[in-house]
Amino acid sequence: MFSIERWSEVFEAISKNKLRTFLTGFSVSIGILILVLLLGVGEGMKNGIELQFAQDAQNRVQIWSGVTTVEYKGLNPGRRVQFKNKDYDLVTKNYGDDLEYKSSTYQRWVNVFSYKENTSSYRIEGVLPDYQFLENAGIIQGRFINQQDQDRYTKNVVIGKKVRNELFKTENPLGKLIKSNGVNYKVVGVFQDPGGDREESRVFFPLSTMQKIYGAGNDISNISFTLPKAATYEEAVKKSTALVGEIETLLKARHSVAPEDTSGVNYFNSIAEAKKFYDLMANMNLFFWFVGIASLLAGIIGVSNIMLIIVKERTKEIGIRKALGAQPSSIIWMILHESIFVTAISGFTGLILGLLLLEAVGSAIQTEFISNPEVNLNVAISTVIVLVVSGAIAGFFPARRGAKIKPIVALREE
Amino acid sequence: MIEIKDLHKSYKVGKNSLHVLKGINFSVKEGELVSIMGSSGSGKSTLLNILGMLDEAEKGTYHLDGVEIKNLSEKIAANYRNKFLGFIFQSFNLINYKNALDNVALPLYYQNVKRKERTEIAMSYLEKVGLAQWAKHLPTELSGGQKQRVAIARALAGQPKVILADELTGALDSTTSYEIMELIQEINDEGKTILVVTHEDDIAHMTKRIVNLRDGIIIDDRKVDQVKAKAHV
Ligand SMILES: Nc1ncnc2c1ncn2[C@@H]1O[C@H](COP(=O)(O)OP(=O)(O)O)[C@@H](O)[C@H]1O
Ligand SMILES: [Mg+2]
Repeated sequence: MFSIERWSEVFEAISKNKLRTFLTGFSVSIGILILVLLLGVGEGMKNGIELQFAQDAQNRVQIWSGVTTVEYKGLNPGRRVQFKNKDYDLVTKNYGDDLEYKSSTYQRWVNVFSYKENTSSYRIEGVLPDYQFLENAGIIQGRFINQQDQDRYTKNVVIGKKVRNELFKTENPLGKLIKSNGVNYKVVGVFQDPGGDREESRVFFPLSTMQKIYGAGNDISNISFTLPKAATYEEAVKKSTALVGEIETLLKARHSVAPEDTSGVNYFNSIAEAKKFYDLMANMNLFFWFVGIASLLAGIIGVSNIMLIIVKERTKEIGIRKALGAQPSSIIWMILHESIFVTAISGFTGLILGLLLLEAVGSAIQTEFISNPEVNLNVAISTVIVLVVSGAIAGFFPARRGAKIKPIVALREE
Repeated sequence: MIEIKDLHKSYKVGKNSLHVLKGINFSVKEGELVSIMGSSGSGKSTLLNILGMLDEAEKGTYHLDGVEIKNLSEKIAANYRNKFLGFIFQSFNLINYKNALDNVALPLYYQNVKRKERTEIAMSYLEKVGLAQWAKHLPTELSGGQKQRVAIARALAGQPKVILADELTGALDSTTSYEIMELIQEINDEGKTILVVTHEDDIAHMTKRIVNLRDGIIIDDRKVDQVKAKAHV
């Protein structure tokens, strides 16, 4: 079928009919190019959203107090609720078995730290040992805050990678003292965080130390915990929603906050939030596939339209060839062979152009919600193949019609 | 070589049927050079197209070199055209994106002759019609007479049994026409059977036999003294 003779015949037709070849190829290339860009941006959005959730453990719950908005038990609205160590103890006592990692924290605004001549300001947080896992923080040097630090009020701190790079440059920070408000703290560990620079410019203190130094007594800013993995995603969402509900009720009761008050006691349940995003993402994926298939269809229709025009344009030639003894099947193959060849070449051209373009502008369109726009190569190549095959099938019918035209009718064509 | 009996053909024009050929009987022997004469619309092309298997008669028999031509499938018709027939048209019908050489080689492509051999054969026929040095030129770069020479070379290339020419000088001035007829006579002198359709008397007299067509029947069929075209060039 694919004899050298036919190839040379096809190459001749292609090279001598550049405009026709260009028009066929162009529409195919553009179609594939758009598809690749679309899939790339879709993938980038997915990556971006996943990254947002990778910052913290996915089944994490955080509870913090706020200002009441509803009058309750004779108490006026506008009252500030303050969580204490006792609240944390109660929650862990009642629900400890249901929790995986847990920590209360105490947070302050930024503090200035210095090491030798390097000075910069960072957020500080007093935390418990488990907090490492709640933050998805990876220890790259030394260790995290441990129970001893907490029990003995040590001045050991764990710094983020960015803090280390800024204060210590290339120096090893472990065991070194950094100074803040005239107090020296010993660096015992360095962490990195998938959240990047913003998350890595923090300094972790033992909770107890921080409460003492800042005269916070037993105050805590929030209670964080994760839930153990459940068998299914749906189950995980259900379990954590139920648990958070109970804890919320408990804390509201302790602090006399109205059950319907949405401000006195606040929480963020990341797995429930994630579910919303994943649902959104699934819809978006569906949309991208829909658009992708639509543009593929448009490409196929485009190819068959061009084939129709090509056959019309070549009617006279077909008549001449038939008069000289061309078989109908040879006419069909002549047209199909050319179109398959051109579609395939321009399809892959569009694919490569699309990939290059993604590569080139990929970093420019990088935002909080788009990260690493890239295309699954298998999907892209399958798309080109589908286009070529469907183009051939769609093109077969005009080709066959062309082959069926009687030679005298075809020869009359001008 | 050609044997037709009681050939009928009509065209559908709207609701009416136009009876163009109303019972044609004639035969052509090998090596003859015959012209089919008649005024415009008398059915000459229709007859030639049927002989060329480009069209079908609805009644009558047609034998070509002893083979009955009847109810041919597209495939077999294509095969017979390729092996038995060479066409020359008034409007040349060259493929405009192929050069002279490739146009001449085309019938051989459909005979599955390999490229190298194809090119050699095609070149020899281009030499025969005096256009060897124009081999690489596109039809658009050739004069009318040159184009018709290429078409003649192409008709010969497949080594057909019969050459069918429809108004082959219709688009040419008289000097060029006579040059082309000289070539036709030359080919015929070498033994090729040729049928020429024309409405021009002088062209007809350059053949060896004139068949006169009027209103769908042959009114006259006689041998003539061939006028050598060379004398007029
Ligand atoms: N495809 C066709 N459909 C309808 N009428 C046709 C067709 N081809 C030819 N005719 C008619 O048949 C008659 C003979 O045509 P043709 O054989 O071309 O004549 P000639 O070649 O002698 O001039 C003319 O009247 C022409 O109009
Ligand atoms: Mg005619």
